[in-house]
Amino acid sequence: MLKINDLHASIDGKAILKGIDLEVKAGEVHAIMGPNGSGKSTLANVLVGRDGYTVTRGRVTYNGQNLLELSPEERAHEGIFLAFQYPVEIPGVSNINLLKASVNAVRKHRGEKELDAIDFLKLVKAKLKTVDMKQELLYRSVNEGFSGGEKKRNEVFQMAVLEPTLAIMDETDSGLDIDALKAVASGVNALRADDRAIIVVTHYQRLLDYIVPDYVHVLAHGSVIKSGDKSLALELEKHGYGWIESHADDQAGAATVSGAG
Amino acid sequence: MNDLAINDYLGAHPDMSAALAGSATAWVAQTRRDALERFQSEGFPTPRHEAWRYTNVRPILKQSFTPSVAQRDDAEEIDLEKLSITPAVGPRLVFVNGHLSSRLSTLDDIDAGVRARSLAAVLDNEPDSVKPHLARQMPGCAHGFTIFNTAFAGDGALIELDAGVKATQPIELLYIVSTPNPGALAQPRNLLIAGPNSEAQIVERYIGPDGDAYFTNVVTEIVLQQDARLGHYKLQEEGDKAFHVGGLFVRHETGSRLYAHSISIGGSLVRNDVHVVLGAPHSACVLNGLYVAGGRQHVDNHTHIDHAEPDTNSNEVYKGIVDGRARAVFQGRVVVHQDAQRSDAQQSNKNLLLSRNAEVDTKPQLEIYADDVACSHGATVGQLDPDAVFYLRSRGVAEEAARGLLTYAFANDAVEKIQIVSLRERLESVIAAKLLKRDSVEELL
Ligand SMILES: Nc1ncnc2c1ncn2[C@@H]1O[C@H](COP(=O)(O)OP(=O)(O)OP(=O)(O)O)[C@@H](O)[C@H]1O
Ligand SMILES: [Mg+2]
Repeated sequence: MLKINDLHASIDGKAILKGIDLEVKAGEVHAIMGPNGSGKSTLANVLVGRDGYTVTRGRVTYNGQNLLELSPEERAHEGIFLAFQYPVEIPGVSNINLLKASVNAVRKHRGEKELDAIDFLKLVKAKLKTVDMKQELLYRSVNEGFSGGEKKRNEVFQMAVLEPTLAIMDETDSGLDIDALKAVASGVNALRADDRAIIVVTHYQRLLDYIVPDYVHVLAHGSVIKSGDKSLALELEKHGYGWIESHADDQAGAATVSGAG
Repeated sequence: MNDLAINDYLGAHPDMSAALAGSATAWVAQTRRDALERFQSEGFPTPRHEAWRYTNVRPILKQSFTPSVAQRDDAEEIDLEKLSITPAVGPRLVFVNGHLSSRLSTLDDIDAGVRARSLAAVLDNEPDSVKPHLARQMPGCAHGFTIFNTAFAGDGALIELDAGVKATQPIELLYIVSTPNPGALAQPRNLLIAGPNSEAQIVERYIGPDGDAYFTNVVTEIVLQQDARLGHYKLQEEGDKAFHVGGLFVRHETGSRLYAHSISIGGSLVRNDVHVVLGAPHSACVLNGLYVAGGRQHVDNHTHIDHAEPDTNSNEVYKGIVDGRARAVFQGRVVVHQDAQRSDAQQSNKNLLLSRNAEVDTKPQLEIYADDVACSHGATVGQLDPDAVFYLRSRGVAEEAARGLLTYAFANDAVEKIQIVSLRERLESVIAAKLLKRDSVEELL
């Protein structure tokens, strides 16, 4: 579904991603972990086409097409969704209006009829339940005055309504209480299907108890330094990133030596 | 230029004033003569006047407009339906080129205790009933356009609310400029008197054809007697080549409240002055303003609130959306006089600049001469939040629609303050049409 090859990206001329390789197949759940500032959010933002990031090298294909050519809205129409680490507040635009605009834009792209008001409300209310979100939040301005946890829950709620093909969750679990964490996990698990894929960026093994990943990748200094199965997350929990990074440095050093020889 | 136009108007005055309503009454004629004299010496304001620094009225003075004396046949050709004016839901007075058209007006189900009449008729028949109020609410420093109106105006709306009356329906005043001959000059003069403890909503709406240069120069005076509560809506929806200068002068008595809304959408060169005198304890005003300017429109809003007595409140929020090569000006002066202890004055002006070539000049001014007061003021000029645009796009909303939604959202809190539901809904679509080049926000959703 998603193939990332040798992806380099920079912000204001500063290189952040330095050669990412990653393949995500339909039906899989990938976890991306890594220290603060290692480039996890940058990767997520590049995948959804945010301005300000320059891809200097590499390729990203999504279902066979060049993802990097598409505008952010086209990527959304193609089923890519990012739950933001820091969701923005949008005064004056209600949550429900945003969703309506969004759902209908995606349907239009697929050549489907717009949902009428009643069907739309039905859909939205059903999804509220799956993430256990207060209905009142529907009519408030997007994220305005929401608590940290409510913002995160709102991201998952939008995801549940839009049913993306590729969902990327950027630290959706950070700052959540245990009930919210379970709600988020159940929202994500409800989305799991053979024709969908999910990438979860997280710092905590805790989330991975609920959303069990098929693969775990560790990102440091803008590249994937280690990949493994779910046991890698447990190891990280035990030893921290220091251990794995020094391990990776050794490997890099060895490569240089052998290259010189 | 200034002189040329003025000379034309001065030359026309002797003939005109004889034909104006109330000219047989000495005090009415004298009021006009005094104004004329002042106008003769002061003329129209120029950018040398501090209050006109950002607004040059030369385009208005390049031609002399034709004052409309009495109701000619102008009104006969007017078909409200063709102008997309929906049938009146309550009492409605319609003015054509500043003069009342009885044919187009409807007063069938006006509330008891509410009187809505043509000022001209009152000036001819019982002038002394308005003597205590007419031309008494403008400040001594009124500018040339207000004086010009005082010298030349003969008709407008006179609305009187009896003591204790609670009007159940808004009173609509519709001002239409009809331009069979180009260059019409309409100078309505309105007087609204809210008796003690009365309550009503009054809507002044200004419209005219696109493509014609015409000039509306209106003055509205409002007297709020003890504990009166008035919602006042001014909707400036003039044609795209129109000049519009409007003055709103309000005097408060004890405990009275004004909720004044000013929505400015049309016109090519527009100036709105609002001057509120909180002249008695416990009086309060809320000013809600919204201006939307694009193309080469120039919109200037000038407000002045005097806190003259203790325990007075003012709350003013003006918002502006400026696109294209348009220019918007906001000058808001709040003066808290020495005696106005325990007053509360809040003022803000927020602007959204949508284009590189658009310009905003904003100048909030707070002058405090009392010591026990709570005041704040502020002004902002900003652009659409790129993070919000991106957020919407990442949810599948096309860029243009995302910008449209956010722009509309900026205007929306001003529109939401409108208490008359039918008016609010109409404005929602008018503003959506102007901002989004669509008939409604719904199309984006
Ligand atoms: N707009 C920006 N301008 C300059 N530098 C930036 C910008 N955005 C990110 N960076 C830098 O890029 C690097 C990677 O940031 P990124 O947000 O991708 O990290 P992260 O792995 O998501 O970290 P965290 O775990 O703290 O969320 C950091 O050094 C950060 O300071
Ligand atoms: Mg991050």
